Amino acid sequence: METNSVGRRLHPLALRIMHWTNAVAMLIMILSGWGIYDDFVIIRGFHFAPYMRLGDWAAPSLQWHFSGMWLLALNGLAYLLYGVVTGRLRERLLPIRIPELFQTVRDALHFKVEHHDLTVYNAVQKLLYIVVVLAGISQVLTGLFIWKPIQFSSAVALLGGFQAVRIEHFVGMSVIVGFLVVHIALSLLVPKTLWAMLSGGPRLPSRRLRT
Amino acid sequence: MKSPFRPAKLPDPAILDDHRLLIRLLERRRLIRGGLSLGALTMLTGCDVNSQDSVQKGLRSISAWNDRVQAALFDPTHLAPTYPASMILKPPKFNAYYDITDVKPVHAYDWKLELGGLIADKRPWTIERLATLPETEMVIRHVCVEGWDYIGGWSGPTLRSFLERVGADLRAKYVAFKTADDYPSSIDMATALHPQTLLATKYAGEPLADPFGFPLRLRMATKLGYKNAKWITAIEVTNTYPGGYWENFGESWFAGI
Repeated sequence: METNSVGRRLHPLALRIMHWTNAVAMLIMILSGWGIYDDFVIIRGFHFAPYMRLGDWAAPSLQWHFSGMWLLALNGLAYLLYGVVTGRLRERLLPIRIPELFQTVRDALHFKVEHHDLTVYNAVQKLLYIVVVLAGISQVLTGLFIWKPIQFSSAVALLGGFQAVRIEHFVGMSVIVGFLVVHIALSLLVPKTLWAMLSGGPRLPSRRLRT
Repeated sequence: MKSPFRPAKLPDPAILDDHRLLIRLLERRRLIRGGLSLGALTMLTGCDVNSQDSVQKGLRSISAWNDRVQAALFDPTHLAPTYPASMILKPPKFNAYYDITDVKPVHAYDWKLELGGLIADKRPWTIERLATLPETEMVIRHVCVEGWDYIGGWSGPTLRSFLERVGADLRAKYVAFKTADDYPSSIDMATALHPQTLLATKYAGEPLADPFGFPLRLRMATKLGYKNAKWITAIEVTNTYPGGYWENFGESWFAGI
């Protein structure tokens, strides 16, 4: 039997490696994606400035995008497998109770942003993490369909056509960037969460070991 | 027969030896000049330039690996969706590495299609002879690497029927194209043999207009726009990687969709 003092950490080493690998992969995908976007914009008149893009022009941006995709997809797959096998995804992200969701939002609107127990996520956190994981999966799929619209012609038709999938890929990016703004801002407001993702954080109470 | 793709006369490499001192002096002068310029500041850090170089090399080798993944993803029996003729965009969208006003039309009277490489019958083809081949028609989506697309209607002999007719080695790796606008291009044999790969001579039932590749262009339903060479003047079947215009600037060679 494991005890508290030798219990699993909040963020085991494998998870921390996957988190920071994902951070690098996401950065590569987002910034090179902006370079590709600029070649044929979706929102008329809206470009990403050259200093925000990875790659001097479309070809190197595409090279970065199609290199980063391996890092993103393989690391993401490892994360999902890890989360399912160890039960971490279920343990950390479920259940979400609706009244709790409203309470957390109400608190946040009254500037009560507290996070004393890092090992328990509030309902809004859970929802945001689920949304961003789903957005990540959706990005890999829509990205694959934009890359190979003929090989996956049925999937493209199902999603509304080539230009529709491009827009969906753009929306998915926007969701992830929106998440990142909140995620990074909150981690800076509560720096011990940032430190936990580097050092592993507190040990989990033993009751949480077996679920 | 000699390949139309190789220069007739190669320069003698010995001339580099004869002028070695001159070349070295040129480099030395450039270094001094460079040292005076503000741009030399980046040279002083040294590793920056080097690391940028190795990043580029790394990206290119991943792109080459991705070409192999793309070839594996390509299903030679999967047909691209086709559309009703009423959806054909007239005229088609122009795309090239230069502006539409800079198109140099090809004259029908002195045009011919040269053949090279692993082809049994290398006699050049005229427009009249090409017109005797059975024609296939397809209304397909054109997808540009930039992200735009349109529906176009193309007709002409399939590249497969043409390659079979001239006795090409269909086990070879590549089919390469030379064009009147100096836009070398090449594709894999699997795509060359796909039923939706045409040597197009017509658009929407009419002979190709000048900006769109008259008299002969490639049109594939399974590749990005830039792989479709226009104003074709020569076709070679080869096992030596031929590359292509945009590929030299870092775009993907396979470019399958």
